[in-house]
Amino acid sequence: MQLELSRVVQCTSRLGVLKGLGRTGQRSLEVPGCLLYTHFGTVPHLTQDTLHTMSNLPSVTQVTLSNIAEHQEVLEEFKDGFRKFAGLHDTVLYCSLHDPAMLCPTGYTTNKTVSVWGSGGRMELTVAKFMALQKSVQPDWYQSMADGETWQNSTSRKRVRKSVDRTLAHLDECLLELDGVEVFGVVEGGDILEERVRSARETAKRPVAGFCLDGLQTGSMDQSLRTQLIAAVNKELPEDKPRLLQGVGRPDEVLACIEAGVDLFESFFPFQVTERGCALCFSFDISPDPERQNGDLNHDDQTQMTSFEINLKDRRYQDDFRPLVEGCGCYCCQNHQRAYLHHLLVTNELLAGVLLMIHNTSHYHGFFAALREALAEDKLDLLKRRVLRDGARQTERKEQDG
Amino acid sequence: MAATIECGADTNTSENNMSFKKALSVASSLTLQIVAECPVTKARVCDLILPHCAVNTPVFMPVGTQGTLKGITVDQLEALGCQICLGNTYHLGMRPGPDLIEKASGLHGFMNWKRNLLTDSGGFQMVSLVELSEVTEEGVKFKSPYDGKEILLSPEKSISIQNSLGSDIMMQLDDVVSSTVTGPRVEEAMHRSIRWLDRCIAANKNPHKQNLFAIIQGGLNSELRKACLAEMTKREVPGFAIGGLSGGEEKDDFWRMVTLSTDHLPREKPRYLMGVGYAVDLVVCVALGCDMFDCVFPTRTARFGSALVPWGSLQVKQKQYAKDFQPIDPDCQCPTCKRHSRAYLHALFKSDTAAMHHITIHNIAYQLNLMRSVRQSIVEGRFPEFIQTFMKRMFPSRDQYPSWAVDALASVNVTLE
Repeated sequence: MQLELSRVVQCTSRLGVLKGLGRTGQRSLEVPGCLLYTHFGTVPHLTQDTLHTMSNLPSVTQVTLSNIAEHQEVLEEFKDGFRKFAGLHDTVLYCSLHDPAMLCPTGYTTNKTVSVWGSGGRMELTVAKFMALQKSVQPDWYQSMADGETWQNSTSRKRVRKSVDRTLAHLDECLLELDGVEVFGVVEGGDILEERVRSARETAKRPVAGFCLDGLQTGSMDQSLRTQLIAAVNKELPEDKPRLLQGVGRPDEVLACIEAGVDLFESFFPFQVTERGCALCFSFDISPDPERQNGDLNHDDQTQMTSFEINLKDRRYQDDFRPLVEGCGCYCCQNHQRAYLHHLLVTNELLAGVLLMIHNTSHYHGFFAALREALAEDKLDLLKRRVLRDGARQTERKEQDG
Repeated sequence: MAATIECGADTNTSENNMSFKKALSVASSLTLQIVAECPVTKARVCDLILPHCAVNTPVFMPVGTQGTLKGITVDQLEALGCQICLGNTYHLGMRPGPDLIEKASGLHGFMNWKRNLLTDSGGFQMVSLVELSEVTEEGVKFKSPYDGKEILLSPEKSISIQNSLGSDIMMQLDDVVSSTVTGPRVEEAMHRSIRWLDRCIAANKNPHKQNLFAIIQGGLNSELRKACLAEMTKREVPGFAIGGLSGGEEKDDFWRMVTLSTDHLPREKPRYLMGVGYAVDLVVCVALGCDMFDCVFPTRTARFGSALVPWGSLQVKQKQYAKDFQPIDPDCQCPTCKRHSRAYLHALFKSDTAAMHHITIHNIAYQLNLMRSVRQSIVEGRFPEFIQTFMKRMFPSRDQYPSWAVDALASVNVTLE
């Protein structure tokens, strides 16, 4: 893969295209961008018909070893790789270690192993097993095995050091069996600046195609610290290799991290929103429209969309016959109303997940498209204000409601 | 006050009359065109013209209880060729309630389904699901499972809810008694169902857009059935359902009541056998003269990983399929079989709900395809041959054919080889 940057804004935010992806090297992915989050190759709740109601989905599909590890035998017998096994005909395949939407139990990582949790429980992976798995999956690129168990507040400096050392050792072992598949090195270091810098410097010395930034996931630290650490890390990394940030998906955090120089994100956030029965509705439209501005300033109308998401189980939506988001072109908004979604959620119907996942995925990817456009036109600040204002108003309203 | 529902498709051009008529004879918005009749059995092929579109019979109607077919979008359902599906008066009457659905332009508007809908009366759920308080001449009193309040479901109330839902076919409220019950209660229920039918007909505010079907009762008693048939067929209703079967009764009794019923139902009106959906039952009951069927089985069993196939069913979640790289049915053209293997679906059940949706789609496709094949064979005058092939595929050997099916088919001149 090659990263072609078309712009670097204010010395950090990057805009460009990641090219040369896939078997034939013909596929590409615009950055900043996100990967398509899946459970075992399936976007949660969606079959191919419902998935393909959306156009412009990311060309790279993410699968995780936490879903796949228990099926190693099957994949080995199948022989032709995960993409074919799952019926994913036309996608680039990226394999990560953990599912970003699930927090793993800690305390099981050793010098030689990391653990993943599948449907049958914990599975311990050595590098050898990890590489055997990659051989059976046959991804286009994967993240090297890593120890990222540093996100808890109580993590000692010694432990953080170990995670950096182990991760480098795992990477070196993975690289011994390179065989034509691209590997991302993983930058660790917890919340300790020196360790972050050390990890970045060392990883950058290896022949990796790009970098995963681990241990910075939502909930592990303040955004200000995250920004600081990412900026420091990125200084050590070659400009022409992509940086993928793991475990961060909230719109405000994404914005801040792009400003710090991150290129790629995982798109698990729409799934989390879906699972709590909510619909993304924050605005990322910065085209000038005086009428819309006025609408947004109407504090009295409690049904106005001015937050990252709305909770459709709320009784106020019972007889709200508008689409989830006015003007949204997704299948859900073109065909259904909030009242119907409310009913589906109240009655625990499976279709709620399907429709919400379609909308949330669509909305989220629209956000990334808007991000790229804003960067291209030097309007990132404007976009930031738009998106963050919605988030602030939601906090304000929550405080008012008590 | 019922909303006027604009459907757009084939409606009778009679004027909209919103007044409350007590007449027993009403205009309807249903036309049955008999396309072919099997010269050997009692099977027929019809085109049932309903307000939203034509329905080709024999037809299997999937059940979308709460205004949705579990996990499937209306587009997916339409793409499978479904022309009519069910909604449930009891469930929808509770949540979200008839007033909200009326505001949403009826159940069609609420779920955005552009084809036909059939709603049942709520009668069966009352008996099977809830704490039954009391059945009186007035109606059925029961306790709401959501707030414990006592509710009376009367014929008038049931029809009122169904009018709000705006379904193309509505079912009368019948006095439902389990098919395993015997004695005077069965007769009482049969007679009451007739009286309730008359009340339902009188209560229907939309006879020009909504077709009210009668439900023949009488349990497993031939005399009671015949009495019910004699009375109900005197009423001017657009169609008849055969009720009170598909419970826990013996199949030997079941088929005899079905064939007795079709013998005494008018030829030119559709016959709807309620609650029947297993493949063998469908084929046999088509031979016995039924046109329409519904059942939760295919969609419910899908969520447990059971895929329906011409040779029975396939439990995708079982270990033996973990490394089976074929599709569920190599001959099936449904979206699931065209793209995914048993092995992938087996594994997916451990990771995501979409696995259920894949099987649901397949099972609906299976049921609709079965009906399509049955229909085609009748049109081409080879239904008896179809039955032979079907049974051979479904059962490993002749001595495994269910005896009730053998008897039932023999009664309509098909001797299974």
